[in-house]
Amino acid sequence: MINKKIILNIAKNIRIKILELSNKAKSSHVGSSLSAVEILLVLYKFFIKKKNIFILSKGHACLVYYCILNKFRYINLKTLNSYGKNNSILMSHVSHKVPGVEFSTGSLGHGLPYATGRALAEKINFTNNKIYVLISDGELNEGTTWESLLFATFNKLDNLCIIIDYNKIQSLDFTKNILKIEPLKKKLESFGCNVKNINGHNINEIYRSLLLSKNNKPTAIIANTIKGKGVKFMENKILWHYKSPDNKQLKEAIKSLK
Amino acid sequence: MRDIFIDELCSAAEKNKNIILLVNDLGFGVVEKFCTKFPNNYFNAGISEQSMIGYAAGLAASGKHVFVYSIANFPTFRCAEQLRNDIDYHNLPVTIVSVGAGVGYGNLGYTHHGLQDYSLMRSFPNTLIASPGDIMELKGCIKYILKNPQPSYLRLDKSTKYQVHKNIPNISPGRWIKIFSKTSSKKTYLTTGAVIEHTIKKFIKNNNLDFSLHTMPLWGMKYKKYQYNYISKYKEVVVVEDHFQDGGFQSWINESLNKKDYKTKILSKSISSKVVGKVGSQEFLMNYLK
Repeated sequence: MINKKIILNIAKNIRIKILELSNKAKSSHVGSSLSAVEILLVLYKFFIKKKNIFILSKGHACLVYYCILNKFRYINLKTLNSYGKNNSILMSHVSHKVPGVEFSTGSLGHGLPYATGRALAEKINFTNNKIYVLISDGELNEGTTWESLLFATFNKLDNLCIIIDYNKIQSLDFTKNILKIEPLKKKLESFGCNVKNINGHNINEIYRSLLLSKNNKPTAIIANTIKGKGVKFMENKILWHYKSPDNKQLKEAIKSLK
Repeated sequence: MRDIFIDELCSAAEKNKNIILLVNDLGFGVVEKFCTKFPNNYFNAGISEQSMIGYAAGLAASGKHVFVYSIANFPTFRCAEQLRNDIDYHNLPVTIVSVGAGVGYGNLGYTHHGLQDYSLMRSFPNTLIASPGDIMELKGCIKYILKNPQPSYLRLDKSTKYQVHKNIPNISPGRWIKIFSKTSSKKTYLTTGAVIEHTIKKFIKNNNLDFSLHTMPLWGMKYKKYQYNYISKYKEVVVVEDHFQDGGFQSWINESLNKKDYKTKILSKSISSKVVGKVGSQEFLMNYLK
């Protein structure tokens, strides 16, 4: 069912486009986008169809999202290439003014409560629609994340799937040096979630984890990823939360991807 | 006012199954009527106001008209960014219902007083402020909001059942509603919200009136443009509000005259910041309205 080779090739091309756009616009958060490429690709290729909904809560990773929206024809290449230019609709935190984008984010801790409300509405309406939300590991610092989990488990929202892009780096440091997130799996389970721990770059694992079962529990996927994935000199480096590649680094980065 | 609000919401929910009532574990003795009648349309978010507004946004984006019921600062300042980003920016039909306007919660203290809420809510471009003066205006406001779902802020006095209008007045955003008017008068009082009762009792004492009285229950950023035509008819407009002057209704009126050529004197009667930390009943604390 899944042609892994084709998908990995698409992922590579998306990474190249992310790097090119970041270079051109001199925009931040390239590492945050590179860690989520496979997750968004599998979601949009197989799951965000008909009335299923996706929310990018880590809105600073807009570049990967805009590239995916272009790949799946929500926005054209001209629009994608307008990124970073004055009057573009593509701001550097994801915006609902962009075709295909459900919800504007940028301030952390907003996407999951919204997704929870969305999932509740689907339950009220007795639909089978699923709500997928991608949050960052930094958002595990936010009170609204844990409040929403309390609400989602209490209301048995098994149509809600929370994917944590666990690249283990947040704004100023590694997550483990900011607050104590671990033991994450145990914490999520104790809140009443159906927890899956996966390699967030493995296509098959991502695909399997996104299949939701009716068990009265929201699903929380701990997607273990690498910040800056694919570009050796960017991987696991805090610097690439902020920096954009210059022309020389861009060439080197694309070379390392090929 | 809160009981009338729930009665009106129950009547509306009989016809509209998309009405949702969301609370943050508040509303004892008030919301039971709704949740008994419509258990599938009522949710308690627990004591988590910021997330509650996010849930409201998600529900509203799915076609629901969400009423979030709470007290003064809890559904406003506590979750200001959620109101800004999730509701107002996305222009979603969520009505924040705030009970205990001004110093309505008297002895409960400053944490429970709504004295700066206009300043916050009127800074959101899409949000309509609904501040009814009496029970008839309240019914009119609910009717308007149900007919025109949008981001809105319904500000209610805790317990008044005051009635100044005989019938439900014809209200629309930015429109002044006449309570009484003397054609020759060059001065008018203008109020928003339940402070009208206090205004009539305190400032309008005898029958030998040489001024008019108006109320404006619906207003917001979009509706400043209508004010000049009303204001310019008078030499003096006294704006009364149970709110601080800073960022309040009178400030909004003043801002509406920006770049206009006008001679009208705009005066403010608002609650002094000296009320902060003072203990007393609503009636006692309203003495700080000067």
